[in-house]
Amino acid sequence: MYHLIVFLPLAGAIIAGGFGRFISPRASEVLTSGFVVVAALLSCVALANVGFGGQERIIHVLSWMDSGALTIDWALRIDTLTAVMLVVVNGVSALVHVYSIGYMADDPHRPRFFAYLSLFTFAMLMLVTADNFVQMFFGWEGVGLCSYLLIGFWYKKPEANAAAIKAFIVNRVGDFGFVLGIAGVFLLFGTLNFDEVFAAAPELAGTSMTFLSWQFDALTVICLLLFMGAMGKSAQFLLHTWLPDAMEGPTPVSALIHAATMVTAGVFLVCRLSPMFEFAPFALDVVTVVGATTAFFAATVGLFQNDIKRVVAYSTCSQLGYMFFAAGVSAYQVAMFHLFTHAFFKALLFLGAGSVIHALHHEQDMRKMGGLSKMLPWTWTLMLIGTLALTGVGIPFHVFSDLPNIGFAGFFSKDAAIEVAFASHGRFAGYAFWLAVVAAALTSFYSFRLLFMTFHGASRVSEATLKHVHEAPWVMMVPLILLAVGAVFAGGLFAEYFIGYGEREFWRESIFVLPDTHILHDMHEVPKWVKLSPLVVTALGLGVAWYYYIRRPDLPPKMAAREGLLYTFLYNKWYFDEIYDFIFVRPTVWIARKLWKVGDGAIIDGLGPDGISARVIDVTRRVVRLQSGYLYHYAFAMLLGIAALITWFMWNTAGGAQ
Amino acid sequence: MILSNLITVILFLPAAVALLMIPISDDTEHGKSNVRNLALFGSLFTFAVSLFLLFQFDTTTPDFQFVEQYAWLGGGINYKVGVDGISVLFVILTTALTPVAILAGWDAIQSRVKEYMIAFLILETAMIGVFVALDLVLFYVFFEAGLIPMFLIIGVWGGPRRVYASFKFFLYTLLGSVLMLIALIAMYGISGTTDIEVLLREGSFGPAIQTWLFLAFFASFAVKMPMWPVHTWLPDAHVEAPTAGSVILAAILLKMGGYGFLRFSLPMFPIASDMFAPMVFALSVIAIVYTSLVALAQEDMKKLIAYSSVAHMGFVTMGIFAANMQGIQGGIIQMISHGIVSGALFICVGIIYDRMHTRMIADYGGLVNRMPVYAFAFMVFTLANVGLPGTSGFVGEFLTIVGVFQVNTWVALIAATGVILSAGYALWLYRRVVFGELVKDALKAIPDMGLREKVVMAPLIAATIILGVYPIPMFDITAASVENLIQEYRADLAAHYGPDEVMVAEAGLSLRLTGGVE
Repeated sequence: MYHLIVFLPLAGAIIAGGFGRFISPRASEVLTSGFVVVAALLSCVALANVGFGGQERIIHVLSWMDSGALTIDWALRIDTLTAVMLVVVNGVSALVHVYSIGYMADDPHRPRFFAYLSLFTFAMLMLVTADNFVQMFFGWEGVGLCSYLLIGFWYKKPEANAAAIKAFIVNRVGDFGFVLGIAGVFLLFGTLNFDEVFAAAPELAGTSMTFLSWQFDALTVICLLLFMGAMGKSAQFLLHTWLPDAMEGPTPVSALIHAATMVTAGVFLVCRLSPMFEFAPFALDVVTVVGATTAFFAATVGLFQNDIKRVVAYSTCSQLGYMFFAAGVSAYQVAMFHLFTHAFFKALLFLGAGSVIHALHHEQDMRKMGGLSKMLPWTWTLMLIGTLALTGVGIPFHVFSDLPNIGFAGFFSKDAAIEVAFASHGRFAGYAFWLAVVAAALTSFYSFRLLFMTFHGASRVSEATLKHVHEAPWVMMVPLILLAVGAVFAGGLFAEYFIGYGEREFWRESIFVLPDTHILHDMHEVPKWVKLSPLVVTALGLGVAWYYYIRRPDLPPKMAAREGLLYTFLYNKWYFDEIYDFIFVRPTVWIARKLWKVGDGAIIDGLGPDGISARVIDVTRRVVRLQSGYLYHYAFAMLLGIAALITWFMWNTAGGAQ
Repeated sequence: MILSNLITVILFLPAAVALLMIPISDDTEHGKSNVRNLALFGSLFTFAVSLFLLFQFDTTTPDFQFVEQYAWLGGGINYKVGVDGISVLFVILTTALTPVAILAGWDAIQSRVKEYMIAFLILETAMIGVFVALDLVLFYVFFEAGLIPMFLIIGVWGGPRRVYASFKFFLYTLLGSVLMLIALIAMYGISGTTDIEVLLREGSFGPAIQTWLFLAFFASFAVKMPMWPVHTWLPDAHVEAPTAGSVILAAILLKMGGYGFLRFSLPMFPIASDMFAPMVFALSVIAIVYTSLVALAQEDMKKLIAYSSVAHMGFVTMGIFAANMQGIQGGIIQMISHGIVSGALFICVGIIYDRMHTRMIADYGGLVNRMPVYAFAFMVFTLANVGLPGTSGFVGEFLTIVGVFQVNTWVALIAATGVILSAGYALWLYRRVVFGELVKDALKAIPDMGLREKVVMAPLIAATIILGVYPIPMFDITAASVENLIQEYRADLAAHYGPDEVMVAEAGLSLRLTGGVE
């Protein structure tokens, strides 16, 4: 069964990619989608078996590397952590496949698109089922490749190509750390298999190692290096610049890769490696700070973007920050829970945005939308559900009574992240808590701003487009509805198992926390104002958005026109692209040219062969007149050399024998 | 009969085919096609025979196998050949890529076809000879002899600046080989034998002389690799060489340097190797960063790939001088993989060069619109060049980083930046050539790969992916010999420095903790 879950998407990719030109595009679509749907259904069975039935296992597939102490196998590691990811990956992927049949209907390259989607799914599955660091890295880079291919799917668009390369290279910056981290793990543990590393981690905690020229705590260094990979893949602060640009790709891709699955790989990595991070408290502090900073930073940038997809992209970046700081305070279960629920509502928001874009013939600028709720009632309803789930709307009965809480998915998972930040005694937990609360307010503002600008108020859609506005076909609508069901119920239904009293029974060995950590228990003991604060700030954000975009829609354009300092700073994304261009890109290009022209050209060649050859030619000109055939002279010289050598040996050995 | 003289048969088969070719006239089209077919089938047959070597190879022993020895020049100099786990893969690489190279130059070469094919077949014999020779003199003869056909290939069938390129090539190599020749003579003078097997088993040169011998060999191998800063001949040679010449140059001739380090430097001059390892590391990482950056600035496709070759060879030297299992096996695998991948990349350039007669990146753009199959093949090799896991390019690069990390984290750190830079230059090249709209008029009618080109590419794509997913055979074949090499190397160091200096870590990997100079 697990073989099918992982390899069906690969089979689909190979068939659609290799033979897509021979079978019809429709056949490619149906085949790849069918395979992934089957894999998704089996994944649900897997979660039932593993999460609730306790049937963990490791399945050996093939040997990969065997160099001295380094032995690596292709294997499928199935435990609860994996099973949850299987459901997320295959579930969202299946829906995105089906949705794409409608969304991409006019594209001439559909087989290629579906092949990439399925290939991505396979790489992601390899990542989550990895039993060792190297297979994880395979999946890690594999999803990066597919992301590159899919962002650049419309290869005629220069922006798409630029965004694709940017995504790959920024990810590679993270992977640079990841590779070194893996090398460090091997140096410290002498193995790269998870089981052996995790078993040895407690013993090796506190070991120091020389990294570069200084002594450091070994586990801390390694965890930080690995986390660098996670920052790249999950678009965390400083390595986030690729994610908004990645929106150049088709919208289903954004939903699958840049919202629900690939970008969460970093969070998965930290949770998977919890047995290592737990013994590296400083590394966890860094995770907390980076996560909280990203949650806040990305939310601020999201406030004033006008491209509908970019708003959702920054929102994703921000929500990933929530997951990270939750993991950073040792609440890995909460991080995974938010990852799980986020997959539903963020995929929903992206695909919903896709429906809008589809309806408006690829218009993404929200300033040219408005008033669409009547024309697209289904999409509007579903987007509303997604927004309520993201902002975490719910009724906290439990704060005041014994009744259970009721709410959308984000209400359970995001609020839990905020609560664990408060409950934690970590050095930076307070920092995380306050930034998270502020970010929640911002989240509410930009989410409702999106909703209001797109669906409410007066229509700003051009006449020509307005005539053709149409609700999406059922093949796009059904996946949206299924995701909406998840966005509504996934939180309430699974909270008990993921982060409630059943969590130990559910996660078992797959997540490790130090025995004296009781964060999930402490989470329930936080003061009432803490529990209510997310709701309050969400209401606040909603209020502000309502005032500016429904009550006084004339204000925002005026404010934009005034170009206030803060507005400009946020609108230009804190100027990260410009700064990076100035300190990394330009100098690199400049140095590259200098090294080539001056280093290789003037210095090495100038002093070396060209200089010498100039002298040699001078001399030879005087000695002999060489008309042509330099070459044969060299060849001849060489033969002479060999002849001289042999002669010398023969003379010598003959002499020695006598 | 064949099995007992297997290596000699493999070694001289190409040369024999070349001899057969001499009487054929290539004045007519018919004659040309006869010559081409003979060369192709001759090299394919050689490849088929060489596969016996692979199947009969005993992976459990580090000793030389299929050894043949005959008196040759009298005295101590013998014709002695054989293979071990370090050399056998290079023999197969050579026999496998020669038919590919011949097929790659099928239509592009129209003048002096017979001489061209003869040069290639002689070259093949010389290259195999380098990897199988077990006698210093024999080794030197093949090492130098291989250069002659290569000169001719560049100089006769090359581009407009072919004379400059081959002259540069010659100057560099001459310097190296003169020094190596002196070293060879010195080795014979000291030990009284030219038998490589004996030298490996017993040869222990004093520390002082080791230094000089090491440096002399180093000069030769460093030029061959090529290492920074003696790499500048390579881009010029590649640019001027015909496609097939580039393929052989990148795929096999460059590997002679790495092979030389493993066959001579490390086992015969261990103390000097240890002493100079920091220098090699420094040159390696400079090569990785420097040439990757230079590759970024290139405007000529072949130069770009040539510079990327130098960077990849930096990983090899770094791994070899890390002197542990991961480093050395990684280095060997990196060489094999680079042989396939860079050879294929040069063919990729050749395919469009044959159509448009320009190698300038700026002259292309949007090829995917007309050449989807080509775009796919080029993508596979670009990714392998970038070291994407699942392709053969990853395994070696990864292992050398893991290997060197155990010895020096600075080196590993700087080398790992190559991971970022390679993605930069390779993907940017691909984008400029393949992606985008097809706007240039000259390209509007460019045809996709033909059958012959597909036949050339298919096995290379298969090899790239298979060796990336299942490289275990390469590990099995090299394990015993490499392990033996490392043990001897460490034993020599321990004997020299005293056992305290060489610490044995838990994993059975020894880590030099202190850099004792005494």
